[in-house]
Amino acid sequence: MLIIKDLHASAGDKEILKGISLTINAGEVHAIMGPNGSGKSTLAQVIAGHPGYEVTSGSIEYEGQDLLEMEAEERAQAGVFLAFQYPVEIPGVTNAYFLRAAYNELRKARGEDELDPIEFLDVMEEKLKVVEMDASMMQRSVNAGFSGGEKKRNEILQMAVLEPKLAVLDETDSGLDIDALRIVAGGVNQLKKPSNATIVVTHYQRLLNYIVPDYVHVLAHGRIVRSGGKELALELEAKGYDWLLEPVGA
Amino acid sequence: MTSVAPYSDQFAAYAANGGGEGPAWLPALRQQAFERFTALGFPTTRDEDWHFTSVTPIAERTFKAVKPAPTALTLSDLKPWLVDEAWHRLVFVNGRLEPALSNFAELSAEVHVSTLSDALREQPEWVQKHLGALAAFDRAAFTALNTAFMQDGVVVRVPKGETVEVPLHILNVVDAQANGAAIHPRLLVVAEALSQVVLVESYVGLGKASYLVNGVAEISVGSGARVDHYKVQRDNLEAFHVGTVQVTQGRDAIYHSFSYAAGAELSRTNIYTKLAGTGSEARLNGLYVLDGNQHADHQTFVEHLAESCASRELYKGILDGQSHGVFNGKVYVDPIAQKTDGKQTNKALLLSEKARVDTKPQLEIFADDVKCTHGATIGRLDDIALFYLKSRGIGAENARALLTYAFAAEVLETIEIDSLRLELERAVFERFTHLRLE
Repeated sequence: MLIIKDLHASAGDKEILKGISLTINAGEVHAIMGPNGSGKSTLAQVIAGHPGYEVTSGSIEYEGQDLLEMEAEERAQAGVFLAFQYPVEIPGVTNAYFLRAAYNELRKARGEDELDPIEFLDVMEEKLKVVEMDASMMQRSVNAGFSGGEKKRNEILQMAVLEPKLAVLDETDSGLDIDALRIVAGGVNQLKKPSNATIVVTHYQRLLNYIVPDYVHVLAHGRIVRSGGKELALELEAKGYDWLLEPVGA
Repeated sequence: MTSVAPYSDQFAAYAANGGGEGPAWLPALRQQAFERFTALGFPTTRDEDWHFTSVTPIAERTFKAVKPAPTALTLSDLKPWLVDEAWHRLVFVNGRLEPALSNFAELSAEVHVSTLSDALREQPEWVQKHLGALAAFDRAAFTALNTAFMQDGVVVRVPKGETVEVPLHILNVVDAQANGAAIHPRLLVVAEALSQVVLVESYVGLGKASYLVNGVAEISVGSGARVDHYKVQRDNLEAFHVGTVQVTQGRDAIYHSFSYAAGAELSRTNIYTKLAGTGSEARLNGLYVLDGNQHADHQTFVEHLAESCASRELYKGILDGQSHGVFNGKVYVDPIAQKTDGKQTNKALLLSEKARVDTKPQLEIFADDVKCTHGATIGRLDDIALFYLKSRGIGAENARALLTYAFAAEVLETIEIDSLRLELERAVFERFTHLRLE
């Protein structure tokens, strides 16, 4: 589904990703772990098409297409989804309006009819259950005045509505208490299908108790320094990141 | 500047031809105002209050009086501009009241609403006492010009303790018949103690016409009274609009103003209020939405003249094309106005490289126990917010439109009449996107 080859990316003059290679197949869950500043959020954002980063070399192939040639909205329409670490507040635009606008853009891209507000309500009823959200949230402005937990649940709600093939969760666990973490992870697990794939970017192993990865990759200084199975996450939890960092710095 | 000279003949003709009708004091007031206008001339950018706005396009042409003619406009032509048909309304076409299009008979008998000419016939002494009492023209050329030439206006008197539940809409329509003309609408509102009234003053240009609207409103808000005043300016893009609102507030009086400016090639809106009674409160909000070569200038002036008064101001501007916006917010706090609580915020969103905005807060504070803040921001759409919307599949154009609308929504949300808020939200939303807001 996703083939990343020797990816280099910079923000301004600073090179952040220094040669990432990674292959992800349908049905898999990959965890990207690493200390602060390792480039793991940058990788997530580059996949989604963040304008703040420039890809200087390497390639990303998504379902046979050159992902880097696509605008962010084209990537979304092709099934790529990024759950933001810091979701943006949009005062004055209701969640209901926003979600329906996004949903209809995707339907249009697939050549399907748009749904009117009434039809969309039916869709939403089921989606809200995925993240245990009350229907009243639909009438609030997008993320405006939401608590940290509500924002993250709103991200997963968007994911539930858009049904991506490739979901990238960027530190979705940060700032969540245990109940919110359970709800968010539960939502992600409900949305998992053999035909889609998930990338979980996280600093902590905690989230991986709930969303169990097939593969774990450790990023440091813009490179993948170790890959393994889910047991690698437990090893990191016990030993920290330092034992992996030294060889890179040396 | 020679630009005032052509108006002398007009004034002489106007005075000779019915303009001088009414009680004896009225022609004298007009004469005095005209002389003052002649002495002042049109303001120039050397005037501190007009530094960022050149009225040369107004001064260099001579606007004539409208020739009275029956209008062919029907209520269905005006439907898009009525906003809410349940409102009481006075409809003026090219400066003349159109009784067939108006509907204000249902106002309670206690509330006096009439045209200025009727009020001059029915209660000349009362009008004499109030007309011109607030709108001084010593240093205001446009107010002097309005006073000299004011045509049919509206007089609203809300007696003590009366509440007008349904908004009163004064709809000023100008169409192609008024091409090249000047219209000088006048509004006089006296809300006596403990009364309440909601006014919507709107301006609409239909068809292709270049004209000048030069309006003056005087609003007296009595003790414990409340006046909500919405000004909606949607003149056509060849028009010039100057509007001055002069308010005085008594003890615990509340005045809420909202100014929406989306029309006219050049517009200047002055909203001035005197917080003259202890505990009174003013809220002055506004939104201007500009494109092309439009220029819109708002000047607010809040005079804190008594203790424990509050003023709140929120103005926002959205500027596209090569448009130019100006916001000048003046606040004066008198030495006796202790415990003043003032806050002024103004924000502008620039959608193009060539759009520009000048903003100038001016605070003069002569009391020591006061809380006064002001803040101004000028910015562009946030790239991260755009990316957020695009990452959800929303195309660049609609993403920009949604964020532009969101910028306006903060101030539109302060409109307390649902039908008007929805109408302006729709207008702003559809201005920036082909999407529809429901």
